[in-house]
Amino acid sequence: MRAGLIGRPVFGWIPLLLLGVAGSARAEYGVNFPEPASQGAREIYDVHMLTFWIATVLMVIVTGLVAYSVWKHRRSRGFEADARFHEGWFGRWGWVSVPVLVLGVDLTIATSANPTLVRLWHPPADVELDVKVTGHQWWWEYEYLDHGVTVESRAAPQEIAGDNYLREVDNPLVLPVGTKVRFLHTSADVLHAFWVPALGFKKDAIPGYITETWTEIDREGVFRGQCAELCGTWHARMPIVVKAVSRDAFDLWVRERRAEAQRAAEEADPTREWSRDELMARGEQTYVARCAACHMANGEGMPPAFPPLKGSKAVLGPVEDHVGVIINGVPGTAMQSWARLNDLEIAALVTYERNAWGGGTGELIQPARIAAVRSESQSAAR
Amino acid sequence: MNTTAAALHAEQEHHAPPRGPRRWFYSTNHKDIGTLYLIFAGIMLFIGGASAMIIRAELFMPGLQLVDPDLYNNLITNHGLIMIFGAVMPAAAGMANWMIPMMIGSPDMALPRMNNLSFWLLPAGATMLMLSFVVPLLGGGTQINTGWTLYPPLSIQVGPAMDFLIFGLHLMGISSILASINIIVTLLNMRAPGMTLMKMPVFCWTWLVTAFLLILVMPVLAGALTMLIFDRHFGTSFFSAAGGGDPVLFQHLFWFFGHPEVYILLLPSFGILAHVIPTFTRKPLFGYKVVVGSLIGIACLGMVVWAHHQYTIGMSLAAVQYFMVGTILISIPVGLIVFSFIATMWRGSMTFETPMLFAVAIILTFTFGGLSGIMLAVVPADMQYHDSMFVVAHFHYVLLPGAVFGLLAGVFYWLPKWTGRMYNERLAKLFFWSNIIGFNLTFFPQHFLGLAGMPRRIADYNLIFTEFNVVSSVGAALFGASFLLFAYVVIQTVVAGPRVSRDPVWEGARGLEWELPSPPPFHSWPKAPVLT
Amino acid sequence: MTTEHAAYHIPEPSPWPLVATTSAFGILLGVVLTIHGSDGAGFVLAGGLLLFAVLIYAWFGDVIRESMSGCHTEQVDRSFRHGMLWFIASEVFFFLAFFGSLFYLRVIALPWLGGEGYLAESQLLHEGFAADWPTSGPAESGGAFEPMGAWGIPALNTAILLSSGLTITWAHWGLKLERRKQLIRGLVATVILGLTFVALQAWEYREAYTELNLTLATGVYGSTFYLLTGFHGLHVTIGAVMLIAILGRSLKGHFRPENHFAFEAVAWYWHFVDVVWLGLFIFVYML
Ligand code: HEA
Ligand code: HEA
Ligand code: CUA
Ligand SMILES: [Cu+2]
Repeated sequence: MRAGLIGRPVFGWIPLLLLGVAGSARAEYGVNFPEPASQGAREIYDVHMLTFWIATVLMVIVTGLVAYSVWKHRRSRGFEADARFHEGWFGRWGWVSVPVLVLGVDLTIATSANPTLVRLWHPPADVELDVKVTGHQWWWEYEYLDHGVTVESRAAPQEIAGDNYLREVDNPLVLPVGTKVRFLHTSADVLHAFWVPALGFKKDAIPGYITETWTEIDREGVFRGQCAELCGTWHARMPIVVKAVSRDAFDLWVRERRAEAQRAAEEADPTREWSRDELMARGEQTYVARCAACHMANGEGMPPAFPPLKGSKAVLGPVEDHVGVIINGVPGTAMQSWARLNDLEIAALVTYERNAWGGGTGELIQPARIAAVRSESQSAAR
Repeated sequence: MNTTAAALHAEQEHHAPPRGPRRWFYSTNHKDIGTLYLIFAGIMLFIGGASAMIIRAELFMPGLQLVDPDLYNNLITNHGLIMIFGAVMPAAAGMANWMIPMMIGSPDMALPRMNNLSFWLLPAGATMLMLSFVVPLLGGGTQINTGWTLYPPLSIQVGPAMDFLIFGLHLMGISSILASINIIVTLLNMRAPGMTLMKMPVFCWTWLVTAFLLILVMPVLAGALTMLIFDRHFGTSFFSAAGGGDPVLFQHLFWFFGHPEVYILLLPSFGILAHVIPTFTRKPLFGYKVVVGSLIGIACLGMVVWAHHQYTIGMSLAAVQYFMVGTILISIPVGLIVFSFIATMWRGSMTFETPMLFAVAIILTFTFGGLSGIMLAVVPADMQYHDSMFVVAHFHYVLLPGAVFGLLAGVFYWLPKWTGRMYNERLAKLFFWSNIIGFNLTFFPQHFLGLAGMPRRIADYNLIFTEFNVVSSVGAALFGASFLLFAYVVIQTVVAGPRVSRDPVWEGARGLEWELPSPPPFHSWPKAPVLT
Repeated sequence: MTTEHAAYHIPEPSPWPLVATTSAFGILLGVVLTIHGSDGAGFVLAGGLLLFAVLIYAWFGDVIRESMSGCHTEQVDRSFRHGMLWFIASEVFFFLAFFGSLFYLRVIALPWLGGEGYLAESQLLHEGFAADWPTSGPAESGGAFEPMGAWGIPALNTAILLSSGLTITWAHWGLKLERRKQLIRGLVATVILGLTFVALQAWEYREAYTELNLTLATGVYGSTFYLLTGFHGLHVTIGAVMLIAILGRSLKGHFRPENHFAFEAVAWYWHFVDVVWLGLFIFVYML
C-alpha cells in the first residue's frame, strides 16, 4: 500500500505539478505500482515502465509536432497554406516510413514483453506449495492442499481495520518466503479475481474451472490487495492480505492451525452446556468477525441495504426463525448462508445477538438446539 | 411508368415539410430524422452524465455517503450502456442521416421509411433500459450490479431488471442494424453520377466501414444476450460448468462484439475530423487513399483482437501472445490516420474556430488514450492494470476524445449548416476550455489510482486512494457543468442565433453539402448534381 | 441520369414505423411479464402480437401498392435488393454466434473439464468426469438422456429442405418465362415442403422430450441442440409465411418478369435458411 519507492522518481512529481494538491500530499501517495515483492512482479514492473517511457516519448513527439504546427502555420501569423505539401518527400514517403517506424516500436514492445510473459504464464515444474484459492461472495477461502489446512479470510470491520479500511482481513493468507507457491484459482459462485499488486499478477476465479498462477515471494512482510472482478454487492469488501513469513515461522503456523482445528472439533460436541458469559464472549467474537461488516458492531446496520438487528424482530422473534436465517441466508439479498459455522459458533452468535446492545430476551441458546434446527431444515428440504 | 406514379413524383418534387406532429412522428425525411436522433442523443448524454455525476459524488470520499453498493453498480451499468448505446451511437447516426445524403448528392436515404423505424426503436429500447434501472428501486427484485459487460454467473443472479435490460439492448441493436443497412445501401446505390467510391467524402467512408462492423457484430451480441436469457429462465447451461458450459464463453461473445464496438464509436468522429481539419487549415486532407485504407485496416484488425479484454481468464500462452501482438499492431492504421491529421495541419493556414480547437485537442488527448491502450495490450503489464481504475482512465481518454469530442466538433461545424444560424463563438470557446480542463482533471488522476491498486467498480475505497479521487470528482463537477453551458449555447443558437453572414459558412469548406444553401431545402438534391 | 434521381421514390410520411416500435415494445414487455408470471402479461403480449400482425399487413400493403403504381424505379429496386442482402448478412452472423458457441463448448471448454489442455487442473473439481460429447456436464443436468440421431427425421428433413430449394428455383423460372402454372405449382410445392419440415421438427422435439429425455435442461448438449435447431425452425416458419404471402401475390398476378423483387427476396431468404440447415445437419446431428 506504500507508494512504490521505485515509482517515486518516475511519477512522484506529477501529481504535485499537475494536480496542485501538494498541500495534502501524504506519505502514502500511491502513484505507481507498490514495490514488487517477487521476481515476477519486478519483471512486470520493468515491462510496465518500458512501455510507459515509450508512450511518453511518443506523446512528446506528437505534442511537439502539433504544438509547432499550431504555433507556426496559423493565418494570424500570415502563413499561407502550402497546397503542394503533399507532393514533397513526406507526401511521397510518409505512408511507408510512418508504418515502418510504428511497426518497429510495436515489435520492440512485444518482444521485450514476451520473455516475462513466457516465464510467468506456466507454473514451474518444481512448485513446493499448492494453495487452492476459492472466491466466495464475499470472502476468500485458502486451502493448503498438502497440509490439510483451510483458512477463511474475511474483511475486518472498520473498527478493527482502522487505516487499512477495506484492505484488512481476519485471517491473512500466510505464505513462506523463498518458496515457489502455486495458486489454483476457482470460485464457488460468481467470478472473482485474485489481485495482490506486490506479487504482480491478477487471475480470475471462474466457477467450475481452475486457473493457475504462481509466485515466489522474496521478502517478509504484509502485502495487500482486493478482489478485482465485479462480484456483486460486496465486491469492494473482499480484501486479500498476504503475510509472508520465514519458512520456519510458516511451519510453526501450520502446526498451530492444525491444533486449533483439533480443539474446535472437540468443543463442538453437542451435549455440552455452556454458561452465559462463555456464549456471549464467543458470540461477540464471531459477530465482530462475520456480521459486523454489514450489520455494524452496534447492531444498527446500514438501512436500507443492511437492516439493523438491534431491537429487530429478526433477533427477538422465535429462535427457530432466527437460526434459520443464519443457516439459510436470505435469497436475493446480501445475507448469505452461514451453514458453514459449527453448532457452537451459531449457538453463541444467536445468544449474543439476542442479548447484546442493551436489549435482549435474556435466553441462552445451546449447541444442541442448533443441531435440532439444522436437522429439521434438512428434512424440510427433502 | 403509369400516370399515378408520375403524379406522385410530381407532387413530391416541390412540397414543403408536412405540418405538426405528423412531420416528426411519421417522418420520411433524412434531415428531420437526423434531428430526432440528435435530440435523443443529447437527452441521453445528460441522463448518462447525471449518473456519472452521482458516481463521482459517491467516490468523492471514502465510505458510503450517497448510494449503497448495489445502487452504485446499477448506476455504472446504466451509465456505461446509456452513454454508448444511447448517446454516442445515436449522435453519430444522426449526423450520418443529416450529412450523407447531402454529401453524396442524394435526395434522401435509400430507405426513408425504414430510416424512421431505426430511430423510433431507440426511445423504446432506452425506455426498457430505464425500466431496468428503476424497476428494482420500486421493489422489483435485485438491482443490476454487473456492470455494462453483464458477465454471468452474476448476471444470472440478478432479478427481473436484467430481462428489461437485455430486451432494451435487443431493441437498440435492431435499431442500429437497420440504420447500418440503410447507410450502406445509401452509400452504394445513391451516390451522384460521377462520384466514385474513391471520390466519396471521408465521413461517408468512416460510416461505410462502421456500418459494416455493426452488421457483423451486433447480431453476435444479440445472440449472446439471447443465450443469457435462456440460462436465466429456461434451464439451459451455456454459461454454467455444472452442465458442461463455460462462463467465459459469454465473455468471448461479448468482446467479439465489444471491441469492434469501440471502433464503431471512434470512426464516425474521425470522419468528422477529416472534414473539420482541412476546412480550418485551408488545405486538402493529407493522404486520402491512405486514410481510407487505414479505416479498412482498423475494421479488419479490430475484428480479431477481442480477447485483450480477457487476459486474466486463463488462456493458453499462444493465444495471449497472438492477441497481444494483434492488438498492438492496431497502432499502425490508427497511427496513420493521426499522422495524416497532423500532416494536414502542417504548413496549412490555420484559424481556430471551436471545431478546430476540438480537433487539435482530440489529436493530443486521443493519442494519449491510445497509448495507454497500447500499455494495456501488453499482457504481463495488463495482469496488473486489468479491472483497475487505470482501465477506466484509458477508456475515458479514448471514448471522450475519440467519440464524444469529435461529435461536439461536428455539432459546432455543422450547426450553422443545419440551422442557418451562427453560434456564439466566445461562449463556445469558453465551453471548449472548461470542457477540456474538466475532462483532464477528471480522468488523468485515475491512472494513478489504478496503478496504486484501486479496482474499478467499487463504491467505497481505502484512504490511500482519497486524494486523487477528490481531484477526479472536482474535475467531474466542472466537466458536468461545462455540458450545461454546451446545452445553453446550442439551444441559444437554434432559437435566437444570428443568421449566417456568408455561405458557405466556413470559407475553407469544400464538398457538395456546402453547395447547398444554409439551411438546406427540405429535399436536398431533387436533381442529382453532376460532378466535374 | 438526373431523371433517375428525380424519380427516386420517397414515400409519404407514414405511421407504420411508430406502430412497429410500439408493437415490438409491447411484445418484449409482454414476454418479460409472462416470464415473471405477473397478471395482465397475456394481454400485453397478445396486444403486441396483434398489433404486429396488423402492422405487417398494412406496411407491406403500402409497399405493394407503391410497387404496383410503378414507383419502384430501377434504382429503388436496387436499394431493396442491397437492403435484403445485408439483412441476410446480419442473420448469418447471428447464427455464426451460435455455431461458434457450439464449437467453443465442444472443442475448447469440454476438454478442460475432462482434465486435458490448458485448464486441465479443472478436473480437480469434477473427479472422474469423462469429457466426451454429447454431454450434460459433470452434474449431469437434466438426468440421463439419449442424443438425437442424424438418420431418422433429420435426414428426411434435409432432403425436404433441399428439394424445396429446387422447387422455388423452378417456380422462379416459371415467373421469368411467364409460365404462370409453373410459378404457382412451384410455390405451392415449396410451401407444402416448408410446412412439412416444421411439422416434422415439432414431432422430433416431442420425441426428444418424451422418449429420449433430451430437454433444454440437458446440459450443454440439450442447450446447444435446441438453441440451434430452434432458431432455425423459427426462421423456416417465418420463411414459410413469406412464401404463402408471395404465393397469394402470384395468384393475383402481381409479379412481372422484369419486376418481382418481393419474390426474389423471399427466395434468397429461403436459400439462406437452407444453407443454415446443412450446417446444422453436419455439426449438430452428424458430428
Ligand atoms: C473509442 C473507444 C476505444 C478506443 C479507440 C480504444 C483503443 C484501444 N484500446 Fe481500448 N478500451 C475501450 C475503448 C476504446 N479503446 C473501452 C470502453 C475499454 C474497457 C471496456 C470495459 O472493460 O469496460 C477498453 C479496454 C481496453 C483493453 C482491456 C483492458 C483491461 O480490461 O484489462 C485493452 C487491452 O489491450 C485496450 C487496448 C486498446 C488499444 C491497443 C487501442 C488502440 O486502438 C489505440 C491505438 C491508438 C494509438 C496507439 C495512438 C495513436 C497512434 C500513434 C500516435 C502512432 C504511434 C503509436 C505507437 C507506435 C504505439 N483497451
Ligand atoms: C461514451 C461513453 C462514456 C462517456 C461519455 C462517459 C462519461 C463519463 N464517465 Fe464513464 N463510463 C463508461 C462510458 C462513458 N463514460 C463506461 C462504458 C464505463 C464502464 C461501466 C462499467 O464499469 O460497467 C464507465 C464508467 C465510469 C466510471 C467508473 C465507475 C467504476 O468503475 O467504479 C466513472 C468514474 O469516475 C465514470 C465517470 C464518467 C464521467 C465523470 C463522465 C463525464 O464525461 C460525464 C460528463 C457529464 C455529462 C455528459 C452531462 C452533464 C450532466 C449534467 C450536468 C446533469 C446535471 C447534474 C450535475 C451537474 C450534478 N465512468
Ligand atoms: Cu469478489 Cu469482486
Ligand atoms: Cu478492446
